[in-house]
Amino acid sequence: MINLTSVLTLSGILFSIAVAGVFLNRKNIIVLLMCIELMLLAVNFNFVAFSRFRGDIGGQIFVFFILTVAAAEAAIGLAILVVLFRERRSIDVEDIDTLQG
Amino acid sequence: MFPTILFFIFASVLVCAALGVILARNPVYSALLLVLCFFNSAVIWILLDAEFLGIVLVLVYVGAVMVLFLFVVMMLDINLEELRKDFVGYWPLTVAVAGFVVFAIVNIIVVKHLGGATFKSAPAIAAGYSNTRDLGTELFTRYAYPAQVAAVILLVASVAAIVLTLRPRKNGKVQNIAQQVSVRAKDRVRIVKMTSEKKS
Repeated sequence: MINLTSVLTLSGILFSIAVAGVFLNRKNIIVLLMCIELMLLAVNFNFVAFSRFRGDIGGQIFVFFILTVAAAEAAIGLAILVVLFRERRSIDVEDIDTLQG
Repeated sequence: MFPTILFFIFASVLVCAALGVILARNPVYSALLLVLCFFNSAVIWILLDAEFLGIVLVLVYVGAVMVLFLFVVMMLDINLEELRKDFVGYWPLTVAVAGFVVFAIVNIIVVKHLGGATFKSAPAIAAGYSNTRDLGTELFTRYAYPAQVAAVILLVASVAAIVLTLRPRKNGKVQNIAQQVSVRAKDRVRIVKMTSEKKS
């Protein structure tokens, strides 16, 4: 049987790879969105593993809802990205500085 | 023993694919490697006896979300050289932050034994147990109200995505609802009174 520790470690490694991706690809919004998907995947790993080892189906229900929200977030994020590209002809994060943040 | 070996094989492919996602030069390769990530995760979830979620991950993520990503990547005409400029600029900070996150998580999980001591082995699964049926029963009884909220979220998201990207045609035919509602019968219908003619 698979060890709980190894699943949690895998999830941690996956999450930190996604964090590194956010730092590396800070010019390309598409890859940033993919890194967010990767982070959500790492979180879902924890829910599935604990659901299995606790024998409680509630964790898998939660993964279900996270998948729903992630799909909605990806759809709206990509729609905003398309509108942004139409206005600016660029998807560089540094070009989006209208609010002077 | 065999599931453990499978787990480590798929986990190593998963980590390599995730590294490829963040390091690939072309966003198309990133998207395709992310598809590989999702397939490997689905296999690991099925190994963890979450069969329904494994299938849903392939259907929803690979079938819908990643195809959406690929469409957008192909549709936008991106200047790759511009985006790759000073790609490695922050690599010491990146390695430091990622290394710290890995160290913190591994420290908590392996050294402090989070979960590992409490949950030594997974509870056995009864013969004839159906993960899908159990999930459905729980979802539509105890979590029925959240399920409806999730449905509303999906509806709002799809409407929002359409409204954001919709470009009306220049001389397209559109309804003016206010005008339609405020119209009176006498503006449209003209009743003409005339004497009927005799049949000859």
